[in-house]
Amino acid sequence: MGNVRKVYVKVNLDVDESGNIRPRRITWEDGRVYEIDRLRHRCRAASTRVGGCGIRYTVVIGGKETYLFQEDDRWFVEGKGGAEPADTREG
Amino acid sequence: MADRCILHVDLNNFYAGVECMLDPALRSRAVAVCGSVEERHGIVLAKNYHAKAFGVRTGEAVWEARQKCPHLTVVPPHFEQYLKFSRLTREIYGRYTDQVESYGMDECWLDVTGSGCFGSGFEIAEEIRRSVKEELGLTVSAGVSFNKIFAKLGSDLKKPDAVTCIDRDNFKENIWPLPASELLGVGRRTGKALASYGIHTIGQLAGASDRLLQRHLGIHGLRLKQYACGLDCSPVTRDGEEAPVKSVGHGTTTLQDLCCAEEVWLVMLELVQEVGSRLRKHRKRAKGVAISIRNHQLITKEWQTRLEFATRDPLRLARAAFALFERGYDWRLPIRSVTVRAIDLVEEDLPVQLGFFTDAARLEREERREEAVESIRRRFGKQAVRNAVLCRSERLFSRQEAEIVMPTGMVL
Repeated sequence: MGNVRKVYVKVNLDVDESGNIRPRRITWEDGRVYEIDRLRHRCRAASTRVGGCGIRYTVVIGGKETYLFQEDDRWFVEGKGGAEPADTREG
Repeated sequence: MADRCILHVDLNNFYAGVECMLDPALRSRAVAVCGSVEERHGIVLAKNYHAKAFGVRTGEAVWEARQKCPHLTVVPPHFEQYLKFSRLTREIYGRYTDQVESYGMDECWLDVTGSGCFGSGFEIAEEIRRSVKEELGLTVSAGVSFNKIFAKLGSDLKKPDAVTCIDRDNFKENIWPLPASELLGVGRRTGKALASYGIHTIGQLAGASDRLLQRHLGIHGLRLKQYACGLDCSPVTRDGEEAPVKSVGHGTTTLQDLCCAEEVWLVMLELVQEVGSRLRKHRKRAKGVAISIRNHQLITKEWQTRLEFATRDPLRLARAAFALFERGYDWRLPIRSVTVRAIDLVEEDLPVQLGFFTDAARLEREERREEAVESIRRRFGKQAVRNAVLCRSERLFSRQEAEIVMPTGMVL
């Protein structure tokens, strides 16, 4: 948990006729693209790990559950070290 | 009639709380949010609990705070964030009732008497506490009671992140032993007056004789006694409703001390523009002007005067304010800050009794001119039109003043 950091990312979204947003894929700061396999949950929440708050999407990427936050007009994830989105499961 | 159910929700260490939420690295440190020392606003605006443990107090100078706590982390304020989180917390309160009355940015009263479907007052307060923490990462303390005064006192009893209930059975035990100065409406001066009659606690105030209170504090004294007895029945205003405006003021601490009357005039000219524009927004005119001048040694003096007729013309307000200043100030010390307030407000459409020699046509021209200036300021920003004389006074003002509306007293 020590070296979790806030990473702003590029996000591709689908927006339906009613304005509902569904994030489809995120582009990491080094250009790697991660497809979002599933969207599990959406709620307003604070990130206790990296600070800030917004609409939190609980998404599944590569079989791992992780959080994606919409903070006003920007999006961020809780990044592990320098590598990739952190697993939300503790431990 | 059944008791009302009022909550008072207070965001703990609001400014510092927001800063620590946004940057987790601050959480383990002693943090104080301070104004800019360069712009001479170098005082502690808020601090977190680590800083509080070192005795850092709100309102003291940054250097004093650093003396108490050498490793204090000083962060600048981010008012736009505070406004945002203040709005977001009010959105959470709005899930339970439309009677939400703000008291400053970080405190609100909620009347949840008719919100029984969400649970008891305590349950609603608990849910709010949890939601604010989970959704916004901030902590609140809440008081639940049958009137606004006790709800506010309740929210102060347990901090942070807690809910306290004050009901008819326990208020004597919980509220009455508190110092009288904790009661809303008891300021420094009233507190001193009460103490001089041996009234130190809220319980003693509740038991004081009406005659004594009325004689020394007037009607305000009787009202305080009602508060102390739990008889406050002031309503929680509805969402969007605003308490009637009683005065409109604007003040500034200049970047450098003011040393001559001409500089004071410039500052007043700058201030009245905002006062005039806010009077217009509230659809009011002023029948009086008050100024307060704080000198280099932080001693403040205030003067007020009546105007010939009700107006909101900035130039007229400035002239009255400046005349007041010239009559009152003795110039023994340079001046640090100036505030101009429009007082004794009346509705804008109230007929105005003009003097026999007043040029009514000219007044109309002035009014049209101000309307034009205001419309330009509204469309292109407040700096779009300024008094030319102010162009050479840039060194007096800092340019990034956030617009914060401070709590107006529910206490008359």
